[in-house]
Amino acid sequence: MNFFRLFSRPQSAPAARERLQVLLAHERASAGDSDLVTKLRDEILRVISKHMQIDDEKVSVKMERGAQVTTLAVDIEIPFEAGKKAA
Amino acid sequence: MGKVIVVTSGKGGVGKTTSSAALGAALAQNGEKVVVVDFDVGLRNLDLVMGAERRVVYDLVNVIQGEAKLTQALIRDKRLETLYLLPASQTRDKDNLTPEGVEKVITALKRAFDWVICDSPAGIERGATLAMRHADVAIVVTNPEVSSVRDSDRIIGLLDSKTLKAENGECMEKHLLLTRYDPARAERGDMLNVDDVLEILSIPLLGIVPESMDVLRASNVGSPVTLADGHSAPAIAYFDAARRLKGENLPVAIPGEKRGFFGKIFGRKAA
Ligand SMILES: Nc1ncnc2c1ncn2[C@@H]1O[C@H](COP(=O)(O)OP(=O)(O)OP(=O)(O)O)[C@@H](O)[C@H]1O
Ligand SMILES: [Mg+2]
Repeated sequence: MNFFRLFSRPQSAPAARERLQVLLAHERASAGDSDLVTKLRDEILRVISKHMQIDDEKVSVKMERGAQVTTLAVDIEIPFEAGKKAA
Repeated sequence: MGKVIVVTSGKGGVGKTTSSAALGAALAQNGEKVVVVDFDVGLRNLDLVMGAERRVVYDLVNVIQGEAKLTQALIRDKRLETLYLLPASQTRDKDNLTPEGVEKVITALKRAFDWVICDSPAGIERGATLAMRHADVAIVVTNPEVSSVRDSDRIIGLLDSKTLKAENGECMEKHLLLTRYDPARAERGDMLNVDDVLEILSIPLLGIVPESMDVLRASNVGSPVTLADGHSAPAIAYFDAARRLKGENLPVAIPGEKRGFFGKIFGRKAA
């Protein structure tokens, strides 16, 4: 530890390095299909609308990146009448 | 056949134009024939940095559109007779750059010059992808700062997929040029240091150019920094980088590592 550093602000470069490492690992893995989420959203929508009527606007697909895993959250609002109408 | 080098970065303002001019002049000082090509159509600046802004008559777009011959558009440097500039157009936009046109120009330049240095515009659009398209070697200019490193990573991805070399299944030779490096800030731990950036981008290091007033001074008078003051720290860094480009195996000195007595006592990062 630097003698003077005891009295100064903590270093910010290590945080920069760590954030970059996590981010770039993901960006490299998904390079080329940046529109993956859009594709997933369209296909999910297509599958579901085979069975029930849903509103395009009420479907949300989100991808969240963590250090170890990526989570895909699909949120679909299904109206009460949806099942019947499509049948 | 000459070598085609693209100087690229993704992020804007990191030092591509400064580096293109400095490396071009460094290579040309040994008598090799060098042309520096400005691909920043609509926002040309290489002419200004090289002090040739008042001598531009025709530009890259004129040549591509058949309005001028290549020899009419090339500007010879007043100080170095083996250094040439092919300016970009200031009035037209990037859509005037066609892949076929660029290919023709680069092929002709390769025949006449030892080095063809393409100064890429920022971004990942047409201008940038055309500037890298025919490259044999890429110089990725990066500042030790998060957004610049991220954009460089993106550009490396494009170099490995969108260039002729990549499409032919060959590997693009890539070099990292770390610019605007501030040893004091790196030492304090408030700026990514050389190892951090190298570890993240994992491409070989071509050189480290320190943040310096000499760069500003050189651009003020319209001279590549390697011509304006050959003994300044940034000029030395660019001269060494040019030698490495030619295949010399020179160790890279990290600015700030050579410290005086007080620096050694107070400035070292202790284990
Ligand atoms: N090592 C350095 N020290 C100090 N200033 C520098 C250094 N390198 C570049 N600069 C300054 O940074 C600014 C941007 O440099 P330059 O025009 O070369 O960047 P660029 O990557 O070509 O930008 P653009 O993306 O807009 O084309 C200029 O004002 C230049 O003088
Ligand atoms: Mg530029």
